[in-house]
Amino acid sequence: MTNTLPFLLLDERDNVLVVTRRIVLGDQLNIDGEIIEAMNDFPLAHKLARRPIRAGETVLKYGAPIGVATADIPRGAHVHVHNMKSGYTPTYTLDAEKGDEA
Amino acid sequence: MMQGYLRSDGRKGIRNIVAVGYLVECAHHVAREIAMPHREEDVHVIGFPGCYPNDYAQRMMDRLCTHPNVGAVLLVSLGCESFNKYGLERAVRATGRPVKTITIQATGGTRSSIAEGRAWVAEQRAVLDEMQTVPMDVSELVVGTVCGGSDGTSGITGNPAAGRAFDRLVAAGAACIFEETGELIGCEHIMASRAINPALGQELEASVAKAARYYATLGYGSFAAGNADGGLSTIEEKSMGAYAKSGSSPISGMIKPGDVPPKGGLYLLDVVPDGEVRFGFPNINDNAEIAELIACGAHAVYFVTGRGSVVGSAVSPVIKICANPETYRRMADDMDVDAGRILDGRATLDQVGQEIYDLTLSLGQGKRTRSEDLCHQEFILTYKSFEPLGPSCLPH
Repeated sequence: MTNTLPFLLLDERDNVLVVTRRIVLGDQLNIDGEIIEAMNDFPLAHKLARRPIRAGETVLKYGAPIGVATADIPRGAHVHVHNMKSGYTPTYTLDAEKGDEA
Repeated sequence: MMQGYLRSDGRKGIRNIVAVGYLVECAHHVAREIAMPHREEDVHVIGFPGCYPNDYAQRMMDRLCTHPNVGAVLLVSLGCESFNKYGLERAVRATGRPVKTITIQATGGTRSSIAEGRAWVAEQRAVLDEMQTVPMDVSELVVGTVCGGSDGTSGITGNPAAGRAFDRLVAAGAACIFEETGELIGCEHIMASRAINPALGQELEASVAKAARYYATLGYGSFAAGNADGGLSTIEEKSMGAYAKSGSSPISGMIKPGDVPPKGGLYLLDVVPDGEVRFGFPNINDNAEIAELIACGAHAVYFVTGRGSVVGSAVSPVIKICANPETYRRMADDMDVDAGRILDGRATLDQVGQEIYDLTLSLGQGKRTRSEDLCHQEFILTYKSFEPLGPSCLPH
């Protein structure tokens, strides 16, 4: 059953899901029984919120903490460097250099 | 059955290469020119670019020149650098390997040094090609693992599949080494619970704490821009994925670059220098890590990549395991294993783990990796400083 969904739950404790097939804007996503329209494109292996995550809440993947939300994240939204951060060292990206590609 | 080249210390090699080692950057070009005509015949260039002496670099060169995959060694010195070439030559000679040092300033410059070096290498190559092999058991293997160009698929497919191969190797008595303590930040407690005793567990945790301090001082984690493009958001997330490479065997010990595992089992390689932060980043790229695993005796190295690395290494073959099915379609020529099949249900973790294990053994039966076929022989060695291993690192 889980295999037909375009994402993977790695651990029951997780509040994020991992995208296993590219998702495009507007795709109907079944997240724990609730149908949500994809708010943006998701490249392979990016994360989306399994349930609403509040700013300051720990993000869990593999059942382990992987950082902290820096904004309120609605269910189904992209969870990435724009709304979460490391508890250790900052993450640097080249997005600013890419212009339209980013 | 694997076949190996028996060395005087009892270890066996799955390759029989001539290593051409430059002892300062000023001798690099001459070394490269000496090796160039033989680049498809297992003549590999290694070396150290610095002119100032460094115990770590000396030890790395010593371990690499006496690695079981190495059959003969040519050292290339400019003549005025500080590297202890006499000590290195003595150490290699003591193992019974043919060794020669060319000092460019004494030989008369570039042309004469290249000519003399090429003649010696051709001679040694002919001798090594006649060397007989002996049967080699899985338990005599040392295998290392790294990941590079990681993305969100690495921790789901390639790394856990490499971990399954490690589990099989350890069960068969081989020594397996995982590393990059800077990429274990966030999973140190989970890892420590797998140590064979609590004192070792404390050493494992301390090594990660050291890495966290080191990277915090430098202001960058072991995290590249491409990792974020590939869906990884933080170093902790990358760590959890990277940690999966270690498989599920108990952790038997912790070693530092150049330490050879004393027996079979799973070992963590502590790659972050000891003491105050100096000389810059612990490992400036993936090949610096690969060179350290090989210096610990690794006959082969698993390299799990999501974004798509193409590198191989001097001295030991690199098996490239592609975690991302989209990357595999673009770069299949560079990849030995298509672990992205796990993501779309075309294979299980166990199947890919078995494939990696079988491929490892086939390297001792004449098979070559993609990066070997493409003549990838990357090598890098920079300045570092380590203290000796603590007493709890290698429990009996």
